[in-house]
Amino acid sequence: MTLALTIEVLIQGLLNGLVYGLMALGLSVIFGVVRVVNFAHGEFAVLAMYTAFMAATYLHLDPFIALAPIAALFFVIGYVLQKTIVAKFIDRPDHQQFILLIGLAIVIVNVMLLVSGPDARHVNLSYAYDAYFLGPVLVDKTRVLAAGGALTVAAALFAFFRFSMTGVAIRACADNPTGAAVVGLDVRRLYALTFGLGLACCGAAGALLVTIADPTPTLAPAFTLLAFTIVIIGGLGSMPGALLGGVVIGVAEALASLVVAPSMKSMVSFGLLVVILVLRPRGLMGRSAS
Amino acid sequence: MKKAEVVAIVALLALLVAPLAMDRYLLSVFVLVFWAAYAGQAWNVMMGFAGLLSLGHSLYVGLGAYAAAALFVHFGISPLLGLFPAMALCMIAGVVVGWLGFRFRIEGVYFALLTIAFAEVARIGFDHLTWTGAAGGFFLPVSRETAGQWWNLRGGPLFFYYLSLGMALAALGICWALRRSRLGHQWLATREDAEAARAIGINVTRARIVAVLISAAMTSLAGVFYAFYYNNLFAAQIFDMSRSIDIVLAPIVGGIGTLFGPIIGALILIPLGELLTEATRALGINAPGVKAIFYGLGLMVIIALAPGGVWPAIARRLGIGEGRR
Repeated sequence: MTLALTIEVLIQGLLNGLVYGLMALGLSVIFGVVRVVNFAHGEFAVLAMYTAFMAATYLHLDPFIALAPIAALFFVIGYVLQKTIVAKFIDRPDHQQFILLIGLAIVIVNVMLLVSGPDARHVNLSYAYDAYFLGPVLVDKTRVLAAGGALTVAAALFAFFRFSMTGVAIRACADNPTGAAVVGLDVRRLYALTFGLGLACCGAAGALLVTIADPTPTLAPAFTLLAFTIVIIGGLGSMPGALLGGVVIGVAEALASLVVAPSMKSMVSFGLLVVILVLRPRGLMGRSAS
Repeated sequence: MKKAEVVAIVALLALLVAPLAMDRYLLSVFVLVFWAAYAGQAWNVMMGFAGLLSLGHSLYVGLGAYAAAALFVHFGISPLLGLFPAMALCMIAGVVVGWLGFRFRIEGVYFALLTIAFAEVARIGFDHLTWTGAAGGFFLPVSRETAGQWWNLRGGPLFFYYLSLGMALAALGICWALRRSRLGHQWLATREDAEAARAIGINVTRARIVAVLISAAMTSLAGVFYAFYYNNLFAAQIFDMSRSIDIVLAPIVGGIGTLFGPIIGALILIPLGELLTEATRALGINAPGVKAIFYGLGLMVIIALAPGGVWPAIARRLGIGEGRR
């Protein structure tokens, strides 16, 4: 194991981690505001990967260009889903929301299975094998582009929440829904917008992920767990925490597959999850409960 | 005699003689129903009684199954003895999960995620443990000589029908007793308001740990049954998150925190799955996933229409007094 290889793997993990982080950011935003845990998050991410795959195959759209319309499409899906179904479950106990979204997850996975079959789909990109050389270290071009895309989308989302009136209103809702309703905010609409934004992140992440991984229906539950792990490590409800958690997990898994075995890598992230829950129950950047 | 008791006794007698009119397929469906009812009852001790949402109960199923199977295969120890170490192992795992959760105040969704994480770690661990076959699977020997050895849990469909029925009834009895006990009342108090329970002198952490212990021990037996019924174990299947989900579905659909909820839920969900299989076959739809799509939609509809579960709704209509409390 040479130093160059180690650095290569670390960079790869870091870049992957940023894309995972964007996916997890969507989960974090939804939970932070709507207080609903989206148990179908990984399913939506893989659905976005399939959408990007179809756009690339049938419309010859580069995934990095298809990202915008896919994110928009998933925004609409999220908005409608919240308005029509999830809104009725907002005040219900956790386990009922869980059943609703697990039901939805089962439907999504099996629709994908029905339409596309169990085989992995691969998107052919003309620049798939391009790489940058940093001395002896090799960095894949697609990963750099995907990580850059993830950072751009995340930055846009941060800016939206910090500077736009709607973003500020959504944050007000997150802090105190009753108070927000009292001062005249349309909480139901803001919740729908938030769910839409969360799924838009997820959709964008899916479009980026298709350039570094091949979608199969079985990937979906694994992604849901991955998103949870990242969000809890970073701190549920913290936006920078989601990206940080993604990077931590990405690097840890990359190192694990180098040092131990690729099949053991998710064990490392769950081990990390347990350690972090014990040391910092609210995650790395989560606000403390007290 | 009350109306409810008459219904219960008639139903029980029907289940006892029903195998006379059943073929192997129907027997196997009922075994699944009883298994789901038993495991659901075990899960309900944690969630329904003590308010602890575990989404990683496959951990205890898998550990129990592997422990009893390994003792049987490697040392020839009968599962009737092997179930004790299996239970002990699951109780230790339960204490670790529970202690981490309660010591560090990991609650609600976070606690659920912690339970999933442990099940996943176990899944990957057993996938690499060559002593129990690793990813290639762990197989229990089946031979003509051992065919009738009930003490080694070797038997035909009828044997497993009555065994699973017995387990489901025993779990019902245990839960009934627990519900009426001092501990049961402490759980309910803790579930409704942990702070208030603490204030009136209930040792909340102890009550919760005991709930995890009982639930883990009961679930481990579901694992032992699984190992000797199917005769093969794959870590990727038995520890899978979808198994944990299957376990929680029956009590949630039937009615969380009720005694008959897990049974009613299992009686709805398992036949629903089988009917969907039959229906898609009869309609000539040979596509993968169609059945599961309807199953998922069914879950969404049930939870939307009967949020408290099906059993409380039925019980209210029949005038039987088993509400949530």
